Amino acid sequence: MRKVLIAATIAFAAMGAAAQADGTLDKIKSSGIITQGVRESSGLAYTLGNGVYTGYHYDVCQNIIADIKKKLGVEKLDIRYQPVTSQNRVPLVQNGTVDLECGSTTNNKARGRDVDFATTVYIEEIKIAVKANSNIGKLEDLNGKTIATTTGTTSVQTLRKNKRGKDLKFSEVFGKDHADSFLLLQSGRADAFVMDASILAANIARAQNPKDYKILPEVLAVEPIAIMIRKNDPEFKKAVDESIAAQIKTGTIAKLYDKWFMQPIPPNNVTLNMPASDATKEAWANPNDKPTEDCQQPGE
Amino acid sequence: MTYWQGIWDRWQFLWDDRGDGVTYWQWMFSAWGYTVAVAAVSLVVALAIGCLVGTLRTVSQHRVVSALATGWVELFRNIPVLVQLFLWFFVISEIVPGMRGVPSFVLACCALGFFTSARIAEQVRAGIQALPQAYRYVILPQTFRIIIPPLTSEAMNIVKNSSVAFAVSIPELISFAMQTQEETSRGIEVYLAATVLYIITALAISWFMSSREKRARVPGLSSQGQGAH
Repeated sequence: MRKVLIAATIAFAAMGAAAQADGTLDKIKSSGIITQGVRESSGLAYTLGNGVYTGYHYDVCQNIIADIKKKLGVEKLDIRYQPVTSQNRVPLVQNGTVDLECGSTTNNKARGRDVDFATTVYIEEIKIAVKANSNIGKLEDLNGKTIATTTGTTSVQTLRKNKRGKDLKFSEVFGKDHADSFLLLQSGRADAFVMDASILAANIARAQNPKDYKILPEVLAVEPIAIMIRKNDPEFKKAVDESIAAQIKTGTIAKLYDKWFMQPIPPNNVTLNMPASDATKEAWANPNDKPTEDCQQPGE
Repeated sequence: MTYWQGIWDRWQFLWDDRGDGVTYWQWMFSAWGYTVAVAAVSLVVALAIGCLVGTLRTVSQHRVVSALATGWVELFRNIPVLVQLFLWFFVISEIVPGMRGVPSFVLACCALGFFTSARIAEQVRAGIQALPQAYRYVILPQTFRIIIPPLTSEAMNIVKNSSVAFAVSIPELISFAMQTQEETSRGIEVYLAATVLYIITALAISWFMSSREKRARVPGLSSQGQGAH
């Protein structure tokens, strides 16, 4: 028994060492396969059904993969798509199942312990959505009200900090997903829905009557959303970052932004109508991979 | 040594502040409280309705009454519990006047309680019919004594089933686990902790009920304590 345990330990250690030694680029070159992590339903990446994925981050990643193919000088590079959830995305990148996670993952220090992030091309703003006829105009008006937000998102933490910082009293109610949280607002079980502005805009755009809702201009917090890659793989990170830098420089990113946030998008041809925020423009002007904690927050 | 240190470090998040002055372990125990509260209130609802409906199903001289009771059982045991929960939350509370303001806690307890009441009703009916017909008017107390083992299973089931309440925004253990693993990236530890709390809750019920069972056993009717579960 003991020998088996020792053998198993050595095998695991060896696997760990092997994973460390082989860079992602080497792996992609030798296997001819790159695995892109995709999301079923999130702001920057989602499915159209039948294994077809799309979205702003999806497009950025397609360009990155094309650049990597050129850089490696391989003739054929198969792209595999691995759907990920907010629960399994970090482990799947850690263990090498996913090479390039192109969903809507907030770059923060907690995740930075386990994975690395590419250069940010989108800064999310946390905002408040309310009914159009509501008399709530700013965060302070939420005192004594009920606020909906979605389980498994970082907006909850933003809300808590504001609660303590501004000494507000409100009750929180968690929707199990964004559609559920929006339903809480729609049915009047919540007075406001606090979430990423892109998600609020998408839910309002898809509502039966979009004019019944409005997004307040106040920004509660900003969060860099970034493409996730395996930790401590400087060669791969450099290749990804170089591709992103080139995409920013040639204006590809700005065009993709316009395509996804200003034009009608599939599957329902709704328009989010969300011009690039100052924070996003700033990220394009000065490319960086700073986590949320190092970003300038509103009101600081 | 470093291996155990590493494991210990991974549990440190329990003492972290989640942002508003509440630590994760405090939140976990509050979530456990919600789980226990949902399960307990639902169990009371289920026992009250289940005993009534189960008894009415055996009243053969009033056809309408027993048919209504049978209808109740078939309605609530043939719809998945999650669907029932959504029906209460999104349909009944929308179309029935005055139901809009009802807290989701109450709706969850109704859904879970009614669902389980159908199952308890069947056990009560089986318990009554297991006894000789001649004892019809003195058998109810005996029935409750011989159906304690299946009732124990139902009580434990209701604790486990209470996890569906997260779907209607009740901040119970699963809701805590899903949110905390997102905030702390400590999925393994969070789900392990939730698992242990569920096991503790279910075992506590099991121990309590088996102590009741020993005291309430009917000599000659129960299976003499041999594998009644």
